[in-house]
Amino acid sequence: MKKIILAALLCAPLMAQGSTAVKLDTVQINVEDMLSLQRGARTFVNYCVGCHSAGYMRYSRLEDLGLTEKQIVENLMVTGEKPVETMTAALRRNDAKEWFGVAPPDLTVIARSRGADWLYTYMRSFYRDPSRPTGWNNTTFPSVAMPHALWDLQGEQVLKEDPSKKGHDGHAEKHLALDKPGKLSPKEYDAAVRDLVNYMVYMGEPAQTKRKITGIFVLFFLFGLTILAYFLKKEFWKDIH
Amino acid sequence: MNAKLQQLLGWIDDRFPLTATWKQHLSEYYAPKNFNFWYFFGSLALLVLVLQIATGVFLTMHYKPDASLNAAGVSVAFTSVEYIMRDVEWGWLIRYLHSTGASMFFVVVYLHMYRGLIYGSYRKPRELIWIFGCFIYVALMAEAFMGYLLPWGQMSFWGAQVIINLFDAIPIIGPEVAIWIRGDFVISDATLNRFFAFHVIAVPLVLLGLVVMHLVALHEVGSNNPDGIEIKKHKDPATGIPLDGIPFHPYYTVKDILGVCVFLIVFAVILFFTPEMGGYFLEANNFVPADPFKTPEHIAPLWYFTAFYSILRAVPPMFGSQFPGVVAMGLAIVVMFLLPWLDRSPVKSLRYRGAIYKWALALFVIAFLVLSWLGTQSVSPLKTLLAQIFSVIYFAFFILMPWYTRIDKTKPEPERVTA
Repeated sequence: MKKIILAALLCAPLMAQGSTAVKLDTVQINVEDMLSLQRGARTFVNYCVGCHSAGYMRYSRLEDLGLTEKQIVENLMVTGEKPVETMTAALRRNDAKEWFGVAPPDLTVIARSRGADWLYTYMRSFYRDPSRPTGWNNTTFPSVAMPHALWDLQGEQVLKEDPSKKGHDGHAEKHLALDKPGKLSPKEYDAAVRDLVNYMVYMGEPAQTKRKITGIFVLFFLFGLTILAYFLKKEFWKDIH
Repeated sequence: MNAKLQQLLGWIDDRFPLTATWKQHLSEYYAPKNFNFWYFFGSLALLVLVLQIATGVFLTMHYKPDASLNAAGVSVAFTSVEYIMRDVEWGWLIRYLHSTGASMFFVVVYLHMYRGLIYGSYRKPRELIWIFGCFIYVALMAEAFMGYLLPWGQMSFWGAQVIINLFDAIPIIGPEVAIWIRGDFVISDATLNRFFAFHVIAVPLVLLGLVVMHLVALHEVGSNNPDGIEIKKHKDPATGIPLDGIPFHPYYTVKDILGVCVFLIVFAVILFFTPEMGGYFLEANNFVPADPFKTPEHIAPLWYFTAFYSILRAVPPMFGSQFPGVVAMGLAIVVMFLLPWLDRSPVKSLRYRGAIYKWALALFVIAFLVLSWLGTQSVSPLKTLLAQIFSVIYFAFFILMPWYTRIDKTKPEPERVTA
């Protein structure tokens, strides 16, 4: 019986992964890589906060990334806020609703709901689609209202049918192909998106590095306490048989 | 110095039974000496209760039960949780202690209940302890359910929507009852505010009262033990102390401290290294602010409710009403209260029960785990069939108990406790 319960507890995290229709590319990120986070933050403030807010993220918190307040103000603040203020979108919500049909979601904790792999795949799967109002579509999030914000970096992809390969539904398999190259090579673009996703994962929970470090200290303390408690118990229970 | 302290103690004892209470419940409360692993979870449940109250008080200082939208178009409630995670000193720690504590509360309570099940701790003369315990479990479910609305994320909102709609299914009065619970025609700020009031004061008060009753009843009749025999049958004729009993303090206090340490290690590993516990303790979708116009594809309650959620979904609608499923789910909890009278075995402990009971219990545990797992999944015909089969097993364990416990071939109980 103990084994069944143990097995169930151990399997629990595996079962939680929901199934998504789209196959996601996995991304290796490291929220302790300060340079990657800084590059990601730069991409974020240059390309994302025009339309999306990060309403719980204060600019001053970017000191976590090894930056001084002066560096933050000079390099990462483009919309004229004070450093203690949060990242608000330049685009007004009501305008956005009128223009795109929906207001762009706040991105502060988006990495916690979508996950790093989803964001990484999504930002790399925009393609030209004249049938859409923005001219863009996305294989990870079909009919998304958002146009490709990083198109000048990635270039323009198109969705190509591959008649030689049949998918499971009988239709020809489709794949994305780069039609017009952007400022970055595909490899450089993937790296830039990885940095961006890394930053967004950090932003989702800025305390996560501190959390893990604290955890190590707490565990060391608890192990010590457990040893003491063990000997205390043994000493008291000597005479019980 | 010591004389002064003695004097002070005497002064208090003349006015308040301090020494007497200490003796009655700790230093002269005689517990069986053969408690094993399964006996840690009662004290651990008490520990988590204290932890939840302590962290909850601090969360209350910063959390705002307000569903109105701020300038960025996000509810104040959702935002205040993120402020706790970011701007409040050690706020993330307090919040994770509370969210991890909520799930760990159910872990220890389920293990505690399982202990009662295997050693027959609910049998005469401990029926009331069991019943108070069942009420604690129900109060805990209410507490968890209402607390889960507070972050005002998508799962908070839609989870509450599903549960409150259950009341809607009650014939005739249902819709009125649902409106009465919500305080509105939809889940709204009114709902959030009343759930906050219940979560931070009303239900905790009930819980504390029930815990006191649970313990007072326990200390009145004395603890059961893994052998399921009464240690009070063999007392030292001179002192009147049970021969197999040892004072709770210091023996079980020091033992429980060890249990607490090991438990805290498990707790800390989850809290510091995987606070979402793979989506089981904190669901990914709950990091999306509540949106009444966007129903999530898949709504699942948190893991500790999923067994009952499975039973609810397993019952097909009858006469166009979900009510039978709601009744089944309610009965799945009500039937636990009846356990002391369903069990007709001459022995209490699993150690001396026969093969039939052991199989029944194994099937029941499997049924509970499978139902819990099914409740996290979206429905399919196969999964619904499985949920139906295991729901029948769940109920059969209780309904057939008077019969199979009577015909089961038991072994003789020992006179004194075994090691």
